[in-house]
Amino acid sequence: MNKVLMSGNNIIGEAAIRAGCRFYAGYPITPQNELTEYMAEHMRKAEGGVFIQSESEVAAINMIAGASATGARVMTSSSSPGISLKQEGISSMAACELPGVIVNIMRGGPGLGNIRPSQGDYFQATRGGGHGDYRTMVFAPATCQELADLTMDAFDAADKYRTPVMILADGMMGQMMEPIIFKSPAPRVYPEKFMLRGAGSGKSKFIRGLLLDPIDAEEHNWKLARKYEVITEHETLCEEHNLEEADMVIVAYGTAARIAKGAIKRLRDHGMKIGLFRPITLWPFPELKLRALSAKVKNFLVFEMSTGQMLEDVRLALQGYAHIDFHGRPGGAVPTPAEFANVVARLYNKRD
Amino acid sequence: MMTKAIFSGFGGQGVLMMGTSLAHSAMSSGYHVTYLPAYGAEMRGGTANCTVAIGNEEIASPVASEPDYLIAMNSPSLFSFQTKVAARGIVFLNSSIISDRPSRSDLTVYSVPCGDIAQDLGNTRVANVVMMGAFIKKSGVVTPEMYLKSLETIMGSRKKGVAEVNRKAFAAGFDYIKD
Amino acid sequence: MAKIIFQKPKSLKEKIFHYCPGCGHSIVHRLMAEVIDEMGIQGITIGVPPAGCAVLAYNYFDVDMIESPHGRAPAMASGIKRMLPDRMVFCYQGDGDLAAIGLAESFHAANRGENITVIFINNAVYGMTGGQMAPTTLLNQKTTTSLAGRQTLLDGYPVKVSELFSQLEGSAYIERCMVNSPAFVNKTKKAIRKAFECQKAELGFSMVEILSACPTNWKMNTIDSCQWMDDVMSKVFPPGVFKDVTKATKKAAEVPS
Repeated sequence: MNKVLMSGNNIIGEAAIRAGCRFYAGYPITPQNELTEYMAEHMRKAEGGVFIQSESEVAAINMIAGASATGARVMTSSSSPGISLKQEGISSMAACELPGVIVNIMRGGPGLGNIRPSQGDYFQATRGGGHGDYRTMVFAPATCQELADLTMDAFDAADKYRTPVMILADGMMGQMMEPIIFKSPAPRVYPEKFMLRGAGSGKSKFIRGLLLDPIDAEEHNWKLARKYEVITEHETLCEEHNLEEADMVIVAYGTAARIAKGAIKRLRDHGMKIGLFRPITLWPFPELKLRALSAKVKNFLVFEMSTGQMLEDVRLALQGYAHIDFHGRPGGAVPTPAEFANVVARLYNKRD
Repeated sequence: MMTKAIFSGFGGQGVLMMGTSLAHSAMSSGYHVTYLPAYGAEMRGGTANCTVAIGNEEIASPVASEPDYLIAMNSPSLFSFQTKVAARGIVFLNSSIISDRPSRSDLTVYSVPCGDIAQDLGNTRVANVVMMGAFIKKSGVVTPEMYLKSLETIMGSRKKGVAEVNRKAFAAGFDYIKD
Repeated sequence: MAKIIFQKPKSLKEKIFHYCPGCGHSIVHRLMAEVIDEMGIQGITIGVPPAGCAVLAYNYFDVDMIESPHGRAPAMASGIKRMLPDRMVFCYQGDGDLAAIGLAESFHAANRGENITVIFINNAVYGMTGGQMAPTTLLNQKTTTSLAGRQTLLDGYPVKVSELFSQLEGSAYIERCMVNSPAFVNKTKKAIRKAFECQKAELGFSMVEILSACPTNWKMNTIDSCQWMDDVMSKVFPPGVFKDVTKATKKAAEVPS
């Protein structure tokens, strides 16, 4: 297996094409333009591949919904403000049970914010984002290797559960380069009965989310809810780092988790026993694993590049069994590991 | 082992290429490596910089807290980043256009007139490769052979003859630093 | 032996339309189904209905269909057609769907020359939501959100979609028709056929704008509605062919190489 050095945005594009993605639509927005450009160049070279530069993010998400309905593996990408625009379509895809991968290379917000790396879209990503009772699976890679692996996994998960899946990364991960190895994707499993390709001589089908009869709509909602329960039970992923004998556990994901790791490394040299719990799936949140940890650790520090969003999930998971501190850097500010280590050390020395 | 370096200069000086070529050669040498460029509007003002972290184990943070090396290709870079360099860190200066020196006395400074050396070689655009020669010689993070191979891989699709010019430029920078 | 001269088209399901008396949707549905039958494309046709009165079109058409969010049908149809270029893909859209909330999607699908067919029902009012002003509402026309009639200073002007889209180089065939008399109904069917043929010949974006009555929200009886279309509506939205590249293409094909 050959290692290659690629930037995060390009890795997502290449992993998607290798995973069999054959339709991409997107609209330029920093800091994910390289992904759109990569797809423009390489999707058209892939057999049967289609790239459309759409007139808007709204159009892009609906284009992939259409292509997904035909049975193709599909992807779109954007950054925070553009992901807001896609929510109508994501809700619609969830309702119509259309698989698809949506990449959010987060930037500072709210509003136009800035183009620096940020984690302010956690609520939007994990709570569904659009209207109605639905969820999207959310993968939060922290390394370039994970960008490659999780992008491929996202397509499988989207097919398996017939649901939109989000890759939630940030501007730093999009630009960063690291050596990676592309794994061989598993063969695709997606039954033809879910594809809309013209009825031929058979019975015509329709795909819809509109159910005017409330009892039908209620049943549809419960059907989706049961699916989300299965996902919650089977699909949580997390990394546990340095937890043996930890007196304090930092909970962080994505880039924030890597900064935390850097800080932990520094503090370990000073004899501080600090571990890291890194959710890899943000929805479903690895709630039970985190709660189990509270049996032996009583001090948790949530670190996010936001004003505290995942914090709520950590509170829900720990249910008051442990003390929780929070450190946030919203708006595109990214601390160095040294800066964050100072914050952690102060709290570590104050702990119960 | 963990080595962190910041490369900084004007857009067009090939600063990002310095970072990617180092990252590539570190990868080929079997190290863990992370390359992080400054991007977006920050680049529109005409400055560019990137950070490369190389280590024996997994790189924790792509954001370098205290780089061991600063490679400054212009004066603004020196002023922006000298305060971030680790204690007793090393600074490489493009002395062809930087007349200032760091205000910190703990830093070791190597002044490399890479612009002039490149001009003597007949191609001012390879000043960055000259500087890489000096950097690789002093830092020893990768072997010169491995670096040149990566440089060739990265520049691969470009014109022939470039490889030869780059080799010469690298050698000139490498030899400029005395043991 | 009895000869069948009239029957339900195969491409319509055994369902009773929910549309109001005098509404043009049912007429257009039937015309489309007849065209689909005549062209023998039922098994390869995929339709995208709108949000609006025709949102339930999938209950009537016996072809594969997929619902799109309000106004997004042309984007969705673009995705479908690009993946399945040999299928016949149509959007069925109302005036709010196409010319207000979905103007960007329809405009750019036309501009890209997407090889799809849009059937555009223009009844100058929002039907399903209860008679609010549409982008195509005429000046001085009263709606529930233009109580004194549409005023230019407040509400701007009726949007002339066929005129606009015919200016786009990506559009291949654009015609405006009416369905308020048997003669016009026949003409509309020919236009729909031509639009589908245009797609079959891979000429690009085709659209038929159909002026259609909404007696319920116009607060008129059906006869007055048909009369109003002749006297008023068609003066603002004159029927006719606005773009037709099929002839030019035919001619080009005849030129020996």
